[in-house]
Amino acid sequence: MAVDTVDVAVIGAGPAGLAAATQAARAGLSVVLLDEQEAVGGQIYRAIERSDAQRRTILGADYAAGATLASEFARSGARYVPNASVWQVTRERTVHYLKDGKVSSFEARRVVLATGALERPFPIPGWTLPGVMTAGAAQILLKSAGEVPAEPPILVGCGPLLYLLGWQYVRAGVPIRALVDTTRHEDRWRAKRHMLSALRAWPYLSKGLQLMRTLREAGVPMHEAADDLRVESGIDEDGSERARALNFSVRGVSHRIEANVILLHQGVVPNTQFTLSLRASHKWDEAQLCFTPVTDQWGELDVPGIFVAGDGGGIGGAQAAETQGEVTALAIAAQLGVIDTAARNRSAAPLLRRLADVMRIRPFLDSLYRPRDENRVPKDEVIVCRCEEVTAGELRSFVKLGCLGPNQAKSFGRCGMGPCQGRLCGLTVTEVIADARSVPPETVGYYRIRPPIKPLTLGELAGE
Amino acid sequence: MTSKPLFRVLSPASGIDAQADATIQIWFNDQPLSVPGGRSVAAALLAAGVQRFRATPVSGAPRAPYCMMGACFECLVEIDGMPSRQSCLVTVQDGMRIHSQEGARDLPPLSDVKPAENAHGR
Repeated sequence: MAVDTVDVAVIGAGPAGLAAATQAARAGLSVVLLDEQEAVGGQIYRAIERSDAQRRTILGADYAAGATLASEFARSGARYVPNASVWQVTRERTVHYLKDGKVSSFEARRVVLATGALERPFPIPGWTLPGVMTAGAAQILLKSAGEVPAEPPILVGCGPLLYLLGWQYVRAGVPIRALVDTTRHEDRWRAKRHMLSALRAWPYLSKGLQLMRTLREAGVPMHEAADDLRVESGIDEDGSERARALNFSVRGVSHRIEANVILLHQGVVPNTQFTLSLRASHKWDEAQLCFTPVTDQWGELDVPGIFVAGDGGGIGGAQAAETQGEVTALAIAAQLGVIDTAARNRSAAPLLRRLADVMRIRPFLDSLYRPRDENRVPKDEVIVCRCEEVTAGELRSFVKLGCLGPNQAKSFGRCGMGPCQGRLCGLTVTEVIADARSVPPETVGYYRIRPPIKPLTLGELAGE
Repeated sequence: MTSKPLFRVLSPASGIDAQADATIQIWFNDQPLSVPGGRSVAAALLAAGVQRFRATPVSGAPRAPYCMMGACFECLVEIDGMPSRQSCLVTVQDGMRIHSQEGARDLPPLSDVKPAENAHGR
């Protein structure tokens, strides 16, 4: 088996990965960027190279800005491998991937994990029904396929992406049945103490206020402080069960709104599948309610030579991700000797200042849009593990029988053992068990993630 | 098999996209289906009125795309004989034969395995 070696392997073609690959290639390093999608951009700039003027107008200037990043990457000399599912990165920096049903591997002197974020699980009754999807999924349909809900959808939850999608639908002329917001008065009050820091990130804050104004002026019906969310099912023309309505209450008053598309969102969390599989150190972030890998200021893990850039290391958004990608590339260029430490520090200083600036908004956002306990630690009847259909109640019964954490929950009832490998239930399982045991999430820990990170058949594996 | 589509295509694409987005013919559960091209299988099926992509192996509950970015595995279908494909990650092609995935994926027939010994289908 011939083994290639490259200077830098970058996993993920979102803003962090594109910036890291571009800067590393410009520094004269050999770079391979692998990505699971068919085109660059990640989820935030999804289909950026294919989008026409009309679509860019609907999606807004922040989306259109991704075109620059994509074209700089295209000119950088970095090798780009689309449609590649990386299924293992070893601590010795061997990268294994599957493309067109064929497995390949190569060695990298340095690895940048730029695998971004996942939407936080939103376990409520009925969240598994056809017609219920995430706001991010609906936005991907808009970005990549120009598709919008055929009938007015309900947008449910909280967080910038939810309002942004609403704003984009308004611009596209798509009517919205309702925006059902879980944010309460207490959340606004709690967030106020971070206002001063947020004001220093004024452009971001101002954009957010503009989004909300557009939604109000468009006459989108808004319900605030919604709790007791429940998706009601109906039977489709072909006899199949699907979403029919959203039930919720506001300060004790019950509401029911019909819709066949119900879009959920309560923030995004780091995609830690690779960093966990590498057994890198992670810590529980109580502000963002998720596990984040521990890195130094350059993004390097406690696994030498492996770096994290972008939301995969903690949620910071697209601008932060791009900057982190550049910072990481500088650190790698210095480690591999193409620039000296003084040059690295000189170039990094303005980037690190910029990073600190764009991160100023985060404590405010994390506090204001902190997902509610009941939507993270659901009632007994709610399905937590979608793949194996394990409910919160079953999970609690495992704890009564002595189950201490997510890994034991697998043997108690297959929780987390389906094809998504815990991506859609991991944080919920951690928090439900922590709650049932009355211990912090950090004590409970997370699933032990093992390769293959993406499924592959034995036949494909044997082909290497 | 199909119902009123949950999603519609906003407007005809212009420029480079126009040709890629032209309508193509695929098969879904052995029925011919006209879908817009230039998108993932999942996006094409949603726009063509497919609401139920698969049934779970555990209870047989209907499922459909949830994340559209390769994380949730709810959009699993069989494409051209290959089971467990993530339809949100595969570009739709003219003539594709797609089947909803009913329960656990089919394993190649093994004459020496009694069905009862493979009750969980894995």
